[in-house]
Amino acid sequence: MNEFLDLLGLPFMQRAIIAAIFTGLAAPAVGTYLVQRRLALMGDGIGHVAVTGVALGLLTGASPTWTAVVVAVLGAVLIEVIRERGHANGDVALALLFYGGLAGGVLVTGLAGQSGARLQQYLFGSITTISVADVLVTMALAAVVVVVCLGLAPQLFAVSQDQEFARVAGLNIRFYNLLVAVLAAVSVTVAMRTVGLLLVSALMVVPVATAQQVTRSFRTTLGAAMVLGMLASLGGLLLSAYASFHARVAPGPTIVLLALAGFVVAWPVGVFLRSRRRLRRPFPVVEVAAHEVIDEHPHDHGRDCGHVAVRHGDHVDYVHDGHRHAVHEKHYDEH
Amino acid sequence: MSAPTVVVELTNGAVAIAGRPVLRGIDLCVRSGEFVALMGANGSGKSTLVRALTGLWPLATGTLSLFGTPLASFHDWQRVGFVPQRGGAGSGVPASVWEIVASGRLARRRLLRPLGRGDRAAIADALEVVGLAHRARDGVSTLSGGQQQRVLIARALAGEPELFFLDEPTAGVDLPNQHVLADTLGTLSRRGATIVLVAHELGPMAPLIHRAVVMRDGRIAYDGPPLTDHQVHLPGFGGHVADVAMAHLETHDHGHHHAEPERHDHAPHVASPLDQLDEDER
Repeated sequence: MNEFLDLLGLPFMQRAIIAAIFTGLAAPAVGTYLVQRRLALMGDGIGHVAVTGVALGLLTGASPTWTAVVVAVLGAVLIEVIRERGHANGDVALALLFYGGLAGGVLVTGLAGQSGARLQQYLFGSITTISVADVLVTMALAAVVVVVCLGLAPQLFAVSQDQEFARVAGLNIRFYNLLVAVLAAVSVTVAMRTVGLLLVSALMVVPVATAQQVTRSFRTTLGAAMVLGMLASLGGLLLSAYASFHARVAPGPTIVLLALAGFVVAWPVGVFLRSRRRLRRPFPVVEVAAHEVIDEHPHDHGRDCGHVAVRHGDHVDYVHDGHRHAVHEKHYDEH
Repeated sequence: MSAPTVVVELTNGAVAIAGRPVLRGIDLCVRSGEFVALMGANGSGKSTLVRALTGLWPLATGTLSLFGTPLASFHDWQRVGFVPQRGGAGSGVPASVWEIVASGRLARRRLLRPLGRGDRAAIADALEVVGLAHRARDGVSTLSGGQQQRVLIARALAGEPELFFLDEPTAGVDLPNQHVLADTLGTLSRRGATIVLVAHELGPMAPLIHRAVVMRDGRIAYDGPPLTDHQVHLPGFGGHVADVAMAHLETHDHGHHHAEPERHDHAPHVASPLDQLDEDER
């Protein structure tokens, strides 16, 4: 345990922790709007395009982070344009960029004379090798993403929910669509060092999917997703650091698997809560011509009798075996 | 009292979709306080017209003014409420009824300002009018189709507009919910709102209508006192099969009966340009 705490005190580890917290907050914030537009895989598409950006950085000697930002933004805008005017569906547009981006990246890395291992740092993340300058860039970009996502939440919500309505409300929907695309591209490059380009989308989408198992409003979904993303990315980093004394454990995949574990836990809870809510929802009060009277009933219904009690107008129906039994004087009515 | 002001004015309007003229020669003028029903068969262009009137489709020719201002320089979007034709009110992420209705305040909100007391009162009032105040905190996807349609109307209502455009609000809604919608629209109309309603069938809304505009094949075929659902679908308006001739309605039809409703797309879907053309296109 002591050597673990010593490890946490090391500068590279502290940089990694800061980067993990900021990425974990920023990625799900954009991810929520992407999921709302049913574009959950957009982050993945941008991630693949950014591979080419990183490779261009390696080729030209420029900072791979910045070339990745530029190329990812271009890719995101391209996806948006294809989606807006294209005959191709959004998912086809994404598929085209997936392949183009990844193939281009691998090809250009080869041209640059760099090994696959160098590229792999960006593909699967290398949060523990992050430099001070990188941490500052990560913090600044993540802060911009979070501030815009929360500050413009009413506008982004309306545009993602219903474009036509938003447009008639006087919003410039093209601007907001592009803004979401650019925010997604920026958070992809922010998360690049943490979980890597190929796993980036997980951090944007999985916390949202987890949150919406148990939420019913947009605000709580957004907030819960950000908290879950932060917990997953910080927890994954610490977990991999702790495990590193026993085995080689990469932080990127650990973060993603931890986020998925959260979903695995939340999913049955959500299913259970929803089915319980559905069962307990009051029956509608409808005038019915006749109902049967059950004379013989071997069981006394009541509070804690074990059967689901559902409100039905001014009384309670007890639900069992496909029946709805309501107490009426000394017998039960079949409702 | 002065004459009611003109709220919507479209002169010689035409709309082309993908290069194909869809609406032609549309002259439409809606006055303040009017309740106009835009009717017609599927594919007659009534939805396209309402989308042109809201600026969603650009006009190929013609001029459109809202509240006396040409569309290009019109910025008072808080005066316009729009209820688009949608399957439901949901999306990929849960949202509560209240949140959806609150987004209707957007046209009146400044950037980065939280909702004020007036905003909240308008949202509560809108929910009250459509009878969904008790469901405000529920997820919108848990509501029935008719209730979701009422949520969309409440969203438009929340912006406190003077002019409403509703695109088929009763499509796929059961009769009891249609009555609730009709009551809501009646309330709005009595409050002095101007309403342009696209409807395939009026149903319980029929008594509320002041004026009917019937579209046929991208043109206005009739503009005048309200018609019954039955009359709209007479052959003169390009609708379904009907045997009764309407003596007092001037029709541009040759009097023949269509064997079945005409069905044609505004902009034909050309998926595979190299495939063989149909007989009549050669």
